[in-house]
Amino acid sequence: MASQEILREEPSRGSFINDPKIRSLFFQTLVVVLLFGSIWWIVHNVIDNLQRLHIASGFQFLRGRAGFDISDTPIAYTSDSTYGRALVVGLLNTAIVAVAGIITATIIGFIVGIGRLSQNWLIRKICTVYVEIFRNIPPLLVIFFWYSGVLAVLPPPRESFHLPFGSFLNQRGFYFPRAVWGDGAWLIFVAFVVALGMAWFVAHRARQRQMATGQQFPVFWTSVALIVGLPVLAFLLAGMPLTFDFPKQSTFNLTGGFLLKPEFLSLYMALSCYTAAFIAEIVRAGIRGVSRGQTEAAGALGLRSGPILRLVVVPQALRIVIPPLTSQYLNLTKNSSLAIAIGYPDLTATAGTVLNQTGQAVEGVLIMMIAYLVLSLVTSAVMNVVNARMALVER
Amino acid sequence: MQEHDTSWVRTEMALAEPAPLGERGAYAWVRKNLIASTGDTILTILGIAIVAWILPQVINWAFINAQWTGPNRTVCATVSQGGIQPDGWTGACWAFVNAKFGQFIFGTYPIEERWRPTLVAILFVALLVPMLIPRVPRKGLNAILLFLVLPVVSFFLLSGGAFGLPYVETSRWGGLLVTLSLSFVGIVVSLPLGTVLALGRRSKMPIVRLLCVIFIEFVRGIPLITVLFFASVMLPLFLPAGVTFDKFLRALIGVSLFAAAYMAEVVRGGLQAIPKGQYEGADSLGLGYWQKMGLIVLPQALKLVIPAIVNTFIGMFKDTSLVLIISIFDLLGVVKQNLSDANWATPQTARSGLVFAAFVFWLFCFGMSRYSMYTERRLDTGYKR
Repeated sequence: MASQEILREEPSRGSFINDPKIRSLFFQTLVVVLLFGSIWWIVHNVIDNLQRLHIASGFQFLRGRAGFDISDTPIAYTSDSTYGRALVVGLLNTAIVAVAGIITATIIGFIVGIGRLSQNWLIRKICTVYVEIFRNIPPLLVIFFWYSGVLAVLPPPRESFHLPFGSFLNQRGFYFPRAVWGDGAWLIFVAFVVALGMAWFVAHRARQRQMATGQQFPVFWTSVALIVGLPVLAFLLAGMPLTFDFPKQSTFNLTGGFLLKPEFLSLYMALSCYTAAFIAEIVRAGIRGVSRGQTEAAGALGLRSGPILRLVVVPQALRIVIPPLTSQYLNLTKNSSLAIAIGYPDLTATAGTVLNQTGQAVEGVLIMMIAYLVLSLVTSAVMNVVNARMALVER
Repeated sequence: MQEHDTSWVRTEMALAEPAPLGERGAYAWVRKNLIASTGDTILTILGIAIVAWILPQVINWAFINAQWTGPNRTVCATVSQGGIQPDGWTGACWAFVNAKFGQFIFGTYPIEERWRPTLVAILFVALLVPMLIPRVPRKGLNAILLFLVLPVVSFFLLSGGAFGLPYVETSRWGGLLVTLSLSFVGIVVSLPLGTVLALGRRSKMPIVRLLCVIFIEFVRGIPLITVLFFASVMLPLFLPAGVTFDKFLRALIGVSLFAAAYMAEVVRGGLQAIPKGQYEGADSLGLGYWQKMGLIVLPQALKLVIPAIVNTFIGMFKDTSLVLIISIFDLLGVVKQNLSDANWATPQTARSGLVFAAFVFWLFCFGMSRYSMYTERRLDTGYKR
């Protein structure tokens, strides 16, 4: 609007007011001045406020004694550990729940997404109902539902549900046998890594041979034999160094075994169920995005339905699926911060506790933000590599 | 030459035969959709098993065994839990929802003042419904009333302190009232703000572009909870000593900024989809920047991304539930708070309250997504590739 009035007043071209370069320079200078002005004002206020509240700024507080307990500790931690270590524990917990959630959500999402395209009316409808329910309620509500609606009303330890493989389910969580690795267990791991390397090598050579001579090699079955066979062989050679520590029922509680607490379980289940609904939609859109002509052309070339899916449809569908899938993985990681609502000690929860105890609001929030930014960047970097391998290579 | 004898060729068309029995009717449908192959049949049996296992339980719990009214927990507890139900009974405790309904909607808003939020709700519906029906005329006036006048009127009605209305501090607002007002303000603020950010990100001015990119990517990289923490813990530090502002307002700012960053990316997608010729055409007509954007580019771009915009709205509506973490009690927060009421503590209470909250959220989100599908169809001009 303003530009028009100026135009009418000074119709002569060449006036510097109408020069887009000068205008943009002026406007940007204004923005920079305003920005630095407000930053200066904010910094001034923060310093003022901190002095008034007698809070020392800086990151020295990270070395102080934390003095609070954390219920899930993947690494050694006591209340005597430092604040810094508490934050690391939180970060690890976030990473654990995010990775577990991403894997489960992807599996459920792919099953439901393919189910929505099924020929079968009933399966199609069941999958649609699943997607429409979970897409339209807040993730926090799903977490609460698992936590106080499902897991909290399970029977007490004495009346636990007995599940297969010696595992138990009760109010206090899910108990399952813990694998205890004996001496020489590292052999199995080494064998597994070696098998992976060999499988890759076989696949590489097989492709080269097929390119050169046209002869095919049963890569899939060879790889399965290698990846399963070598570790099993190592297991037998090392003298079967694996025993299980089964959970046992005592009078008031269960002892032994490995315990997944209800906080973790409900967060993990809720994030998986919730994100799976979105992944299902992405998968459906991806498969529908591959045009019918591709399938028909592949059929005309003489491929059977298995190779058509594997060589023609899935690679093209993945190309559509991967970018939105990445943002769903990021969403899941960010949604894991809802753990604070049920007391699972993830990064946000521990950082919140640290922040409350020390009063270091600025540093606490800064650490939280940077940690999530780094997690997000790492996830998108990994997915970008995958995407680059999948992307269409054009001239 | 012999004459062609065509007497055996029929002169009138034969009537169309009905499709064979195997291709029509319920049986054909079943065969095609449920038992097309062995695998299909197995899937169908599996599906029927799942439905037969879940559906009766849900119906039993939600309707047949449910308790609809009652004064306290005894109606929803079994004898061994100190109630009146037979042992082994499970059913929804709608009595709990019934008794707390007012709180779920209004929070702790004073009971004698509850007509004010009710009036706001009536005004909102009265303005929203004609806005949503395409045939009703005067959309411009309607939009001004809904997006500019209503927020101001609602503010005075809800918080009071003027025109003889007693002041109600925002800490007493709660329930659905908070959910709806947070998301309404978020929607009204985030769309224009997001559009400005998207334009800034595609601007030719490097500094403006850089600032917009930093803001958008930063906000999209962190969870809403951290933004809310930031708003509730750090914002007071940023202001001069003595200046404070309302916690509810801080949450509003946090939610709006967060949604604006996502909205910016959605609008950018629309802007990128507009062919260069449209920009150049506008330039050649001599339109200025804002005229070009406002009259040519944005109307097309926004239309393209309506589904994504509504998805962002739905996401924001769901995300408002997170404010309970900085102890503002929206619908979910109030339900959660009431679960610990000793007067109603039974194993069924939590489930019932949460299912009720889920149903309310679901209703709003599902409605929004259906309306967006309808709009998308209506605005489809057939130029889609």
